[in-house]
Amino acid sequence: MADAPVQDPWARLRAATRARIGLGLTGDALPLREVLDFQMAHALARDAVHTPLDGKALEAALRPHPVLHARSMAPDRSTYLRRPDLGRRLSPESLDLSEGASCDVAFVLADGLSATAVQRHAAPVFHACLERLAGWRIAPAVIATQARVALGDEIGARLGARLVAVLIGERPGLSVPDSLGIYLTYEPRTGRRDSERNCISNIHAAGGLAPELAAAKLAWLMREALARKLTGTGLKDDVEAAGLTVPTPKVLEP
Amino acid sequence: MGSWSAIAGGERHVFDGLPHLLAAASPRRSGDELAGLAAASDAQRVAARFALADLPLRAFLNEAVVPYEADEVTRLILDTHDAAAFAPIAHLTVGGLRDWLLSHEADAAALAAISPGLTPEMAAAVSKLMRNQDLITVARKRRVVTAFRSTLGQEGRLATRLQPNHPTDDPRGIAASTLDGLLNGSGDAVIGVNPATDSVPNAMALLRMLDELRARYDIPTQTCVLTHVTNAIEIMRRGAPVDLVFQSVAGTEGANRGFGVDLAILREARDAALALGRAGPSGEVMYFETGQGSALSAEAHHGVDQQTLEARAYAVCRAFRPLLVNTVVGFIGPEYLYDGKQIIRAGLEDHFCGKLLGLPMGVDVCYTNHAEADGDDMDGLMTLLAVAGVHFLICVPGADDIMLNYQSLSFHDVLALRSMLGLRPAPEFEAWLARMGIAGPNGAIHPPELASSRLMQLAQEAGARG
Repeated sequence: MADAPVQDPWARLRAATRARIGLGLTGDALPLREVLDFQMAHALARDAVHTPLDGKALEAALRPHPVLHARSMAPDRSTYLRRPDLGRRLSPESLDLSEGASCDVAFVLADGLSATAVQRHAAPVFHACLERLAGWRIAPAVIATQARVALGDEIGARLGARLVAVLIGERPGLSVPDSLGIYLTYEPRTGRRDSERNCISNIHAAGGLAPELAAAKLAWLMREALARKLTGTGLKDDVEAAGLTVPTPKVLEP
Repeated sequence: MGSWSAIAGGERHVFDGLPHLLAAASPRRSGDELAGLAAASDAQRVAARFALADLPLRAFLNEAVVPYEADEVTRLILDTHDAAAFAPIAHLTVGGLRDWLLSHEADAAALAAISPGLTPEMAAAVSKLMRNQDLITVARKRRVVTAFRSTLGQEGRLATRLQPNHPTDDPRGIAASTLDGLLNGSGDAVIGVNPATDSVPNAMALLRMLDELRARYDIPTQTCVLTHVTNAIEIMRRGAPVDLVFQSVAGTEGANRGFGVDLAILREARDAALALGRAGPSGEVMYFETGQGSALSAEAHHGVDQQTLEARAYAVCRAFRPLLVNTVVGFIGPEYLYDGKQIIRAGLEDHFCGKLLGLPMGVDVCYTNHAEADGDDMDGLMTLLAVAGVHFLICVPGADDIMLNYQSLSFHDVLALRSMLGLRPAPEFEAWLARMGIAGPNGAIHPPELASSRLMQLAQEAGARG
């Protein structure tokens, strides 16, 4: 061969991407180590989807704030995955809420597609956000299972909340099975559209948004939402027109 | 509205209207259940197939599943129907068409001749009467050849889209994944990147990078940044090197509106791409993606089952003479296709219907982490599709798309298919792989650490720049 021997050129290319490049070959197949690494990543993502939320542990982590528990009309995980519509509706017997109460904001901690994400990152974001909301009237935190984002609309409405913040597990990827997202909705009520929400996504420990930063962003958005009386694309446009920027990356709704 | 009935299992089943009949006859899937359209029982499903088998094909020309007045896709289908091509099969029922398609008389030429005479609803209907084996047998007979810099779809060839996505569109990251794919013999259908940020300047930067790479190494393939068609029009206006115009499309006007497109804008984009003069004489400059469930997701399904609507999306595609079409079969999630069984069936249906209607039909063999599916299911589907003569498959590094967060095939998977089934890359690309020292004389890929190719030098240069 005329050329000099190649010294693993992939080493430096890997710095440019997390993609699984330069994996090598045995025959036409992937080397076993790569196959097992992939299977482990998939297993972690599957476990994140299917491991139930430990409501008691999460409640303990939210103390001393009072907690309510709720669940959607999806009775189990298999139904939840097939029937997103049921995950958006509150099970009638699951939440004993006194109608007519009122508050500035309600927090809903929802399992979504990764209970692992909520278990790990929701409480730190919640506490950090409360610290920034001195003087606000805050409803009891609601821990919701088999829940989609829109379940927060019905919960928020029942709690008489001007804003609802849904902290929810995002669809797990192979590289990050425990990414948390937050959806903020002004005047929550059944039938709100996704375009009427603001989203903060990619909250996780593997190079994602740190809980403290996410909380700061959320508290900032909450103040703007109450001041401007809206959330969603309208709020995003408003704040951008005012020369302010808050990154609201678009993600797939869990 | 017609009404059909069948006595099966000791019970009389009645189906009111073509949409009901088609939905009830469709193999079970979660999306039709979510929409409330699925058969009420397994027996009712088979009863619907008995009734559907006796339905004359002409019925689809007399009763539209989505109203003609309300939907431009229906108008496209009926207004461009080729009665002369339909004539040889005009006397058949749906069941009769199934038997004819499987007959030896229905060879490649016969199948090609009837394509313009088939409506997507006829293709969807007959697919519902076909086992997986039937879908493979017939699709395999139907070759659709398209060409740009590479020639795709010939007998004995299996091409790939190299999909080098990156979560922040970092050009170095995208270049790294592109090199990995090229060194593994991938990319002969297109090097196509999904941008994380769908903006004109971002897409232009990526297009220039990919086009420079392609031109520098004289790679006989196409490049594409899968940005919205309106962006593509603007990008062409600004003079960036656009080989292929991409767009996701669906089977109803309403669902296409959800994608922000209509037939007029697709026509405008195609005209603009042709005016660039980059394509070959066949003028194949469009690349479409589709997938079952998109119309329901956009709340624009008109009570029609997701597989029939998917076939209608192919009517949109074929009106624009695409170089490439693929269904992204397992991407949409378990509320539409629940598990590996449903994904495999849908992949075979989509490929069959696309081919029957005359499309260069590829498949993104894929799944998400919340579906009941894994790599074993993908091994099955990719092998079935390769046997069925699929136009191209999508590949990403190590089967892991780090931007879209789902799993497709890896470059290695297609190497295995080519070697197991004696399939080869597109001829121009095959010659290039040999010229570059990436593949040996027998077509086998050199392990990268042994290859002394110019591309490896580029890999080193790219690494050194980092």
